[in-house]
Amino acid sequence: MAILVNGSTRVLVQGITGREGRARAKLMRDYGTKVVAGCTPGRGGESVDGTPVYDTVLEALETTGRIDASVIFVPAPLVKDAALESIAAGIPLTVLVGDRVPVWDVMEIARAAERRGVDFLGPNTLGVLSVGKGVLGMIGGRAESARSWFRPGGVGVASRSGGMTSSTGYYLCRAGIGLTTLVHVGGDGIIGLPLPAVARLFQGDPETRCIALFGEIGGSQEERVAEMIASSEVSKPVVAFIGGRAATKGVRFSHAGAIVEGGRGTHEGKVAALREAGATVVDAFDALPAAVAKVLEG
Amino acid sequence: MARLAEFKGKQVLLGAGISVPRGALARSAAEAAAVAASLGGAVVVKAQAWTTSRAAQGLVCFAESAEAAGDAAAAILAANAGGFPIIEVLVEERVAIASERYAGVILDDRRRCPVLLISARGGSGIEDTAREHPEAVAELPLDVVEGLPLHAARELWRRVGVHGEEQRKLAESSVRLVAAARQLEARSAEINPMVLAADGRVMALDCRITLDDAAVFRHPDLGIEVARELGHPPTPLERIAWDVEKDDYRGTFYFLQMREGFGRGQRVVAFHGAGGGGSMMGMDALQRHGFSVANFCDTSGNPPASKVYRAARILLSQPGVDGYFGTGSGVASQEQFHSARGLVKAFLEEPLAVPAVVRLGGNGEEKAIEILTGYTREIGVPIECYGKDTPVDFCAERLESLVASFTAQAPRPPQRAPKPPSRPYTFKTPTGEITYDHAVCEHCKSKACVAACVPQILKLSENGVPVLKVTLEEAARGRCTECLACEVDCRALGAGGGHVHLPVPGLDEYRASRGME
Repeated sequence: MAILVNGSTRVLVQGITGREGRARAKLMRDYGTKVVAGCTPGRGGESVDGTPVYDTVLEALETTGRIDASVIFVPAPLVKDAALESIAAGIPLTVLVGDRVPVWDVMEIARAAERRGVDFLGPNTLGVLSVGKGVLGMIGGRAESARSWFRPGGVGVASRSGGMTSSTGYYLCRAGIGLTTLVHVGGDGIIGLPLPAVARLFQGDPETRCIALFGEIGGSQEERVAEMIASSEVSKPVVAFIGGRAATKGVRFSHAGAIVEGGRGTHEGKVAALREAGATVVDAFDALPAAVAKVLEG
Repeated sequence: MARLAEFKGKQVLLGAGISVPRGALARSAAEAAAVAASLGGAVVVKAQAWTTSRAAQGLVCFAESAEAAGDAAAAILAANAGGFPIIEVLVEERVAIASERYAGVILDDRRRCPVLLISARGGSGIEDTAREHPEAVAELPLDVVEGLPLHAARELWRRVGVHGEEQRKLAESSVRLVAAARQLEARSAEINPMVLAADGRVMALDCRITLDDAAVFRHPDLGIEVARELGHPPTPLERIAWDVEKDDYRGTFYFLQMREGFGRGQRVVAFHGAGGGGSMMGMDALQRHGFSVANFCDTSGNPPASKVYRAARILLSQPGVDGYFGTGSGVASQEQFHSARGLVKAFLEEPLAVPAVVRLGGNGEEKAIEILTGYTREIGVPIECYGKDTPVDFCAERLESLVASFTAQAPRPPQRAPKPPSRPYTFKTPTGEITYDHAVCEHCKSKACVAACVPQILKLSENGVPVLKVTLEEAARGRCTECLACEVDCRALGAGGGHVHLPVPGLDEYRASRGME
């Protein structure tokens, strides 16, 4: 099973003719991902390392028959149009890898996705990797690295930090704990599939037995996961680390942002909410593998 | 999030059709008195500073005459806010107030849309009001495309007990505020207080607008110099760093100065992180080992070696650091030898004069460690490099012990400019220029550049010297990825004929001003 991507996921790469798109499409294929088409406006008819390039997403979809996910590698100012194109074509999952996408663009993308009934991951995400099955984005980098770092097993990883997604996965595997899927939800404030949405997907995945979270200060994602645990919407064990304990306050919080969230977003608040709901929260990141092992035994 | 100062914010609101008091900026007592005289009558003098509760700090003063306004301005301009000097005051007409309200547009991460937040009790902090008088506060999620319908605004103000003509006017101003927030791409736009003046106008007496850093490029008219949430006005070095980052979309470079004016022996280190999460854990580890950081820096998202090089040069332009510490998540997806080459070039040119510990775990880490430690031996200061299986706390401990046993040597001159080439072969890269001295290259046995070039755009000519196998235009447009191998590997393994010139505008002048070469 796994979530979001598996061995049969058919993938489109938007921006495949660019520096990142070209390199990442190759790495995705190397890991076994089915990259079936690329899209770059004005470059239809070309091919990149054997992958056909189309002018529009709909043309790629109509020609190749089925596309399950699109991964977008275009500069931030162009992400909105590319994402709206993928969403309008009804692609079930769009992955926005780009950093620095303007937040009002993201809100428009979110509105379009909600209306079309499709999902998006990111922006500012390394993507998602299902161990041994496929990768959307750039988790793991080179395929041989990804294969040596991540072993199959029963833990789902979800993280708000890109680098820490790989780290969490690697240190778990080094401790002998295998993984189903690793998801980097994206580093921005407003994102497509936040931690609670990913937790819901892991809850529904029969192979995932435990959820490992790397959370951070700011926003309300961790608190919402806590609410889901408390209401038993998530019944699988959750083990979490929350980063940013020593971060300077006030830099990331807007004044009124706290009120709508009911004073949420602090390190202490997140740790307390998760613990009260019944999750395991470790104080040191290095303690995460042992805590997951304990939960899996119990 | 870049912020707009109050006066700039009010100009924007005025442009959006929201009334604000008449006024102007002043930088001296005389200017303030002149503004007050031209306004006539009682005025208010307000510090333009990035701080909250200005009134409590004596940074907002009322004045009945032009002379009093000058005195008030003199007092405020002599003060400081949060450790930074106050450069400007806003001198405004004093408005007779009938009622004080609040209106703000904020972005909600849960509903992924803008929200209009209002309060019948303006003036004080909205968080306090919401706690103490929840009935006075209401919110409305907005459609990001359609904005705020006037009728919905009227209904929202009715819910907090505002009626009649005031309700109608507040609703109109709220619609304009939402439109302004949309147009500015603000992360938050708050008017507090939004008042009904005695003469019947609804006016913004104060405002707080923060912008989306990622959208600032679409609003050049706002004159934002550094689109970063720094918590203070940008320092000269932060401006230099922002110039490196702003037009280069390859990866991310974030730089924030945390301390200035420290000296050797105070356990302050230059911090070079990679990735937000890993960086935060790295700073925590340094703190546990008794260090503080001079700066926060993050180069991540697969940046080219050239960007890492420029970041390192900027970090090393902070005089007085006791060490250089680099770390990321430990298991980076990006190829770590790019970062290694960027660091090698910067360390050699400087040359580095303090111990460095860099954790370069992730893809290509073996090669990265070999490059960083193997190619920098000539510098003569300890440089240690670790991979993913070494915990960050161990690295911080290593830096601690290296710094403790380190004795500073006589400074050596920087090695930025190579000897003038006798047979130059030059081409432009996306942000710089590469020169080979073919007179040197023809005697090179290794030809390391051709093998090490990551994008493989070099070949050997008939004479056995490196030349491009793509066009000059292709190289400049990005086929050259500025991996720096043709300088760094050439210097370590070849004859040293390759040089990559990567300017950092303003940095030499900045260093000179700080007594650095």
